[in-house]
Amino acid sequence: MEIERKEAGSVTGIYQELEHWNVNTGAKTIHAKRMPGFFRTIKNYTQALYLLFFLVPYLRWNGKQAILFDITNSQFHFFNLTVLPQDIWMLSLLLLLLAMVLFAVTSVASRVWCGYFCFQTAWTDWFTWIEDKIEGNPQARRKLDVAPWNVGKIWKKSIKHFIWMLISLLTGISFSTWFVDAYDYWNKLVHFQLPLVGWVTLATLFFGTYILAALLREQVCMWMCPYARIQGVMTDSQTILPAYDFRRGEPRGKLHRKAGEEGRAAQGDCIDCYQCVQVCPTGVDIRDGQQLGCITCGLCLDACDSIMDKVGKPHGLIRYTSLDELEGKPAKKMYRHPRTLVYIGIILIAFGGIVYGLTHLGSIALKVIPERQPLYVNLSDGSIQNKYDFKVLNKTDHDFHVTVTAEGGVKDQVIIGAEKPLLTHHGRSTSFTIFVRAPGENIKREVTPIVFRIQSVDDPLIAAEYKTKFNGPKR
Amino acid sequence: MSEKHEVSSVPTTGHVWDDDLADLTNQPPKWWMLGLTASALFCVVYFLYYPSFPLSTVGGYFKGIGGWTAIKEMEADVGEVEAVRGKFEARLKGMTPAAILADSELTEYVTRSGKVLFGDNCAACHGQNGIGTHDRQGLFAPILNDDDWLYGGKIEDIHASIEGGRQGMMMAHKDILSAAEIDALANAVAKGQPNSTPLFAAKGCTACHGEDGKGIQAMGSANLTDKIWRFEVRNDKLNDAENMKKLVEGIKRTITYGVNSGNPQGRVAVMPSFKEAGKLSDAEIKKLAVYVYKFGGGQSDAPAAAKAPAAGAAK
Ligand code: SF4
Ligand code: SF4
Repeated sequence: MEIERKEAGSVTGIYQELEHWNVNTGAKTIHAKRMPGFFRTIKNYTQALYLLFFLVPYLRWNGKQAILFDITNSQFHFFNLTVLPQDIWMLSLLLLLLAMVLFAVTSVASRVWCGYFCFQTAWTDWFTWIEDKIEGNPQARRKLDVAPWNVGKIWKKSIKHFIWMLISLLTGISFSTWFVDAYDYWNKLVHFQLPLVGWVTLATLFFGTYILAALLREQVCMWMCPYARIQGVMTDSQTILPAYDFRRGEPRGKLHRKAGEEGRAAQGDCIDCYQCVQVCPTGVDIRDGQQLGCITCGLCLDACDSIMDKVGKPHGLIRYTSLDELEGKPAKKMYRHPRTLVYIGIILIAFGGIVYGLTHLGSIALKVIPERQPLYVNLSDGSIQNKYDFKVLNKTDHDFHVTVTAEGGVKDQVIIGAEKPLLTHHGRSTSFTIFVRAPGENIKREVTPIVFRIQSVDDPLIAAEYKTKFNGPKR
Repeated sequence: MSEKHEVSSVPTTGHVWDDDLADLTNQPPKWWMLGLTASALFCVVYFLYYPSFPLSTVGGYFKGIGGWTAIKEMEADVGEVEAVRGKFEARLKGMTPAAILADSELTEYVTRSGKVLFGDNCAACHGQNGIGTHDRQGLFAPILNDDDWLYGGKIEDIHASIEGGRQGMMMAHKDILSAAEIDALANAVAKGQPNSTPLFAAKGCTACHGEDGKGIQAMGSANLTDKIWRFEVRNDKLNDAENMKKLVEGIKRTITYGVNSGNPQGRVAVMPSFKEAGKLSDAEIKKLAVYVYKFGGGQSDAPAAAKAPAAGAAK
């Protein structure tokens, strides 16, 4: 209200508003205080999920790495399942699904991803925890930053950076082991025998982690992350997010022991202790309202609640709530939030597609490419011959033989090149050249549809068909 | 020049427009400055690593500490390809074309890699993929993906044809036969029944084409009883009657002026010896033989038996 009145008719009013927005461009390192609390605990657990990132590659299954994005052989292994590039369309559905989950969650509960799950948040959190253990609490750290260089400072700083680099290195290694056999990777690594692309990946991840998590920290969220920039359009006044209850908190003021009952009554519940700002990993003052820097980690809720305990006021001066609720508007029903419903619809479709894909993977795929030059060949007995390039993808884990048959086509046609069953190699595509020869007088049309069928000799259920054409002369 | 902006208290460049619109000199974000520095460093490293600037005094240029040249890069790439091909090529060398054909892996290698070899040496006359080339004179060189072979379609025959070359010969009959006789013969041949006219035996055609008109492989004389003609090919744009007329005209021309007969209007049919020409190595000739065989017309050494039912069914 205050500001609105002031700015009427004056452009410079905007600057005045800007004035107390301290733009965080990273000139000053933010040293946030660590405090125990409910959200802190949740965050610890959710971030612990990243242990999977480090450990899962060492899981074995049937003598092979259980989960492996095998780039060299273009295969994806997931326990018993092997997905070949032909089925990679499911990956796009998976990405769509993940994106929609992110959108849906954001529209309901804002940046849950940022606050609890993002690797940037997680790594930064661990890195600052290490910093806290080595250099002490935020005050001590600020003091150390400006202190002159001496043995103690050099020692502390180098230990810290060393551990940071170690984690960064481990991050790079762990990332790589999702794409190549983990044990083999370590073996090559300690013998300095990684291929060039391996070294480049490792170096990129190492420097990436070190620079982003150790040096830039919240700067990544403020200036580099695209999600931080677009999340504003995904939330609305019904989205719940950490917010300061200005009706209850204002007018804020220092707690005066001497102030009488009336004095306290005139004051809001916020005692202006700055604890919420102190604990914020991105240096935000949540009392200024929703803003870009807030990753909705809930740490200021913990801080504020602990203060409210001390001054004997109820929790929730800063709490997860929607802007509507803060302003006393009635909460809308879920079905009046079509955006979320659309997201959920897309999620279900994508999920259905993936389930369909995984249950219909099949064991064999056939592709037949008819020769185009020439479309057909006249033979000396007057018959017409077509040439086909067969590509058979055997998705099982063993080689087997297939027979080739055809349906449709021309009367009395003969398949040449598959007199004996043909061997298909597992895990890759095998090609054969197959000819079909048909008596000229039986060919009634220029193009006759023909369906090829291949079938494993051991298991008739392993079969595939492909519809193509038989070309003849113009009639 | 720098001064504080009166309201925001951020330093400005000193430029002010419209009374209070000013250029603030906020520090760019840290990540941006880091990026800028890193890019600058990258440029320096790049500049030093690669050949980057001329040194006019010595007439040369700074070669870069990495020693990179485009030729070296190309050679490395070629080396990579050669390494893949090398092991196949080494095996090919000591093998006969038939042995190559019996080895499915080598055959696969040849059919995949032979395209360039064929395109460079054969396609000019035989057409891409051996479909033949058609010009004013009819079909210039034989189609290679059908099953009709003047000199034999077994792998050794094809190999011999490429290695030694082939040159058929048919004399011009314009001074020997009357126009009516040529016409009768051409029509009989076009129907695939040369013996339907007594002229075929009487005028001595059988001497080269055989008594049954099926040709003699050793001479390379054409089989006149099948559905493939050496110098004519069906034109899909014409209907059957027009095609027949074209075919008869073509055959008449062959009979009248001959093949390689020296007559300027005669047919020219010369396959050079690729061994003599010296352009291709032995291994390359073997590869070409297998490649051509694999067009689909190649005949196996144990023929007939397997293919007889197919041929029978077609009749
Ligand atoms: S803003 Fe971006 S980088 Fe920061 S926590 Fe959110 S998603 Fe992660
Ligand atoms: S304002 Fe609160 S919720 Fe937002 S980032 Fe800071 S501590 Fe986390």
